Amino acid sequence: MWRVATVVTLHDETATARTITLEVQDWPGHVAGQHVDVRLTASDRYSAVRSYSIASAPNSRSRIELTVERLPNGEVSPYLTQEVAIGDRLEVRGPVGGWFVWRAEQTEPIQLVAGGSGIVPLMAMIRSRAAAVSTAPFRLLYSVRDPGAIFYRDELRALSDNRDSASVTFAYTRTIPRDWPRPPGRIDATLVAETAWPSVIVPTCYVCGPTSFVESVTNLLSASGNQREKIKTERFGSTGEHT
Amino acid sequence: MNSPTYNYLDGNAAAGELSKIFAPDVTTAKGQCAHCGAIKRFAEAHLYMQGPGVVARCAACEHVLLRLVNIRNRMFLDVSGMTYICLDRSPLEESRS
Repeated sequence: MWRVATVVTLHDETATARTITLEVQDWPGHVAGQHVDVRLTASDRYSAVRSYSIASAPNSRSRIELTVERLPNGEVSPYLTQEVAIGDRLEVRGPVGGWFVWRAEQTEPIQLVAGGSGIVPLMAMIRSRAAAVSTAPFRLLYSVRDPGAIFYRDELRALSDNRDSASVTFAYTRTIPRDWPRPPGRIDATLVAETAWPSVIVPTCYVCGPTSFVESVTNLLSASGNQREKIKTERFGSTGEHT
Repeated sequence: MNSPTYNYLDGNAAAGELSKIFAPDVTTAKGQCAHCGAIKRFAEAHLYMQGPGVVARCAACEHVLLRLVNIRNRMFLDVSGMTYICLDRSPLEESRS
């Protein structure tokens, strides 16, 4: 079932990513981690569908935020990141997906690992935790190309400054900020050992990013003693309809 | 055994497509692979979306679990790769009420 969604605000996260707030007609509410399918239809009736994770926490209003990264050869993302304007209408199906979700009833330690725009559904979980005044211990390990590629920068910085809240570790793969202690590189076993929850406390892990990233992080988490059943994954890639 | 190429997504990604057919969320359901017998959530399957439809493969053995193809105004669904699908009852009853 497709619902009409109106663009109400636009905010650039980085040079290539934009957060779009949508007012969705008869929005039934969502759980952090879920995604929606977005359908765009051209005047000649040609339509394209893509999946995007919801970035905002569940709330009582009928508004959701999506953060879209522009893909070089994308069909939909260039439109959503450059051309869409406030007041434009899109169609939305969802929310969908009940597996890669965090619910406020969960009290166990949570390990989040994001690669690039894989931060989006994890941000919904972090925001949902704050909105629910949950005390579930959260840790986020966020891998980005360079400091300019960080989404939700101020919000994440505020979190890492607040000791009662979720802790955030950045890992830079290409360019590091000045005086950064770790050389640029992918997440490895040392970083997991130093910054992720130890497996003995049995955290639930949520890993989101490109397929190769998810594969590598899942292997690292398993190798450090986490049970595969406790690692939930959401892969994305430029494969087929869903990007 | 893992797939040698990284061109798949998770079963989660089919949630929207499957919602056209099933009222409850099938991605959280458990299914048994007809080939190796592994019992996993559908969300954990490897999902291939490059073709004219969706193909889900077992994360343990890569056997085809489900195929869903849209051809003009018809949808073809093949779930012969699973011996069964087990859905939680509570969401089912909620969706009926």
